[in-house]
Amino acid sequence: MLGQQILSGLATGSVYALTAIAVVVVFRNTRTINLAQGDFGMIAAFLGILFIKEFDLNYYVMLPLVVLCSMALGVLVERIVMRPIADSDWLTLFTATLGVYYILHGAAGWIWGRDTKAFPVTFDAEPVDIFGALISQGHLINMGWAAAIGIVLFFFFKYTKQGIAMRAVTDDPETALLMGIPVRFIVLLTWGMAGFLAAFAGVLLAPIVYVSPEMMDEVLIKGYVAAVFGGLYSIPGAIIGALMIGVAENLAGGYLGSHFKTATAFVMIVVLLTFRPQGLFGIQKRREI
Amino acid sequence: MALLELNDVQASYGAIKALHGVSISVEEGSIVAVLGANGAGKSTTLKAISGAVRPTAGSIVFDGKELNGLTPNQIVKLGIAQVPEGRKIFKDLTVTENLRMGAYSRNDGAAIEEDFDRVLELFPRLGERKTQLGGSLSGGEQQMLAIGRGLMARPRLLLLDEPSLGLAPIIIADIFKTLRLINQEQSTTMLLVEQNANIALKHASFGYVLQVGKVAIEDTASNLRTNKEVIEAYMGAQR
Repeated sequence: MLGQQILSGLATGSVYALTAIAVVVVFRNTRTINLAQGDFGMIAAFLGILFIKEFDLNYYVMLPLVVLCSMALGVLVERIVMRPIADSDWLTLFTATLGVYYILHGAAGWIWGRDTKAFPVTFDAEPVDIFGALISQGHLINMGWAAAIGIVLFFFFKYTKQGIAMRAVTDDPETALLMGIPVRFIVLLTWGMAGFLAAFAGVLLAPIVYVSPEMMDEVLIKGYVAAVFGGLYSIPGAIIGALMIGVAENLAGGYLGSHFKTATAFVMIVVLLTFRPQGLFGIQKRREI
Repeated sequence: MALLELNDVQASYGAIKALHGVSISVEEGSIVAVLGANGAGKSTTLKAISGAVRPTAGSIVFDGKELNGLTPNQIVKLGIAQVPEGRKIFKDLTVTENLRMGAYSRNDGAAIEEDFDRVLELFPRLGERKTQLGGSLSGGEQQMLAIGRGLMARPRLLLLDEPSLGLAPIIIADIFKTLRLINQEQSTTMLLVEQNANIALKHASFGYVLQVGKVAIEDTASNLRTNKEVIEAYMGAQR
């Protein structure tokens, strides 16, 4: 029972992690807390339904298409909404993403309706037995995808020119510009990556929670809390935070009752921030002006 | 024709005018020093060249091309690299990654590798610390890394902003010896902004003295070294 709770907690946590990583990546390169991160995923899930049902596409044809669309959405939001106000203070940026959040909510409701829809691809209901712990195939597949994406990101940030440049921009955007790094392009890339991560979060979660304009709201909050948990600058921190929250809330839900489930993440963050205001892997003050 | 030509360049920070018309000329293959007190406009001059500050009047011409209106990364692509004041190493990037970022604007993989090896040859200390984070290096090592990162752009003109700042005399001597070597071997032109007039005039061939945003004196380095005004104002402590 305990093993099972932990395992399915890790599965939920890995979807939170995809969101948390995106929150971190966007924040550290643009000072923006992106409230629309979840909704990028929600749009991706609706597009997934569209591609499968209307265009009759196979799941594995749909997935890369949805990822591309979602990246384009991230890039579009940067170009149209964020870039004109890029030099504003963080509250302005934050509020702009709140605007995007409501626009995407409204657009999805207007186009696809407000009621929940089942995702056309559901995984085999037969659970898988891992050392005595039963886990649904959907959860297992999600964990696999999240782990694969984590590994891809690791190599991207460590070994590719654009990945290292993204970290250089995090470190010191002014100097990055002087070194010939096109910072605007890197920021665009950052939002593209947010879209990429959101597509997976949305499509992976869709068969489990069903698709509606509100489907990602809770995931966004959990992902954000996980990002803060890890210190907002650290990807490993965000992943660990997300997995911890996933497991903790699952255990709380299992042993204390389902009412406690959602509150768990917030109890954790309040306790953590009381003792470590900079988060798990945080750095207290990064940039001097 | 000179490689770099500044003609009556003016620049401001908001309402504060920092450059009141600076004219500087840098011959290909030379080391030119820009001296002056704090706030004389030395750093602003470099920022105007690198595109970080837009001149409000005057022209900056590099190799026959007008630089005004170009973005910093376009200017790097033309062959002007920067060793910024305070070194500005990427602290969370390793030494290798810092050097790779210096070559961001290039796509000639093999030549980049060559330059990478060359930089480690010039600064063996960096080779020993390849996988260390930039932020963990000493001041002298960070300065070496900043110069190496600038060289990775394979520049025709290297802009150096106060490379001696905060370093021990023995390390300063070492770094300038290496700069001289780079200048001679690769004929990299250098524009050097320094408060340390002694060391700058020892290695430069020509010098400009800025005062409140204008060129006050310009002469060969050997003449400046014996110029009474320069000695009193900028080399005083050492006499």
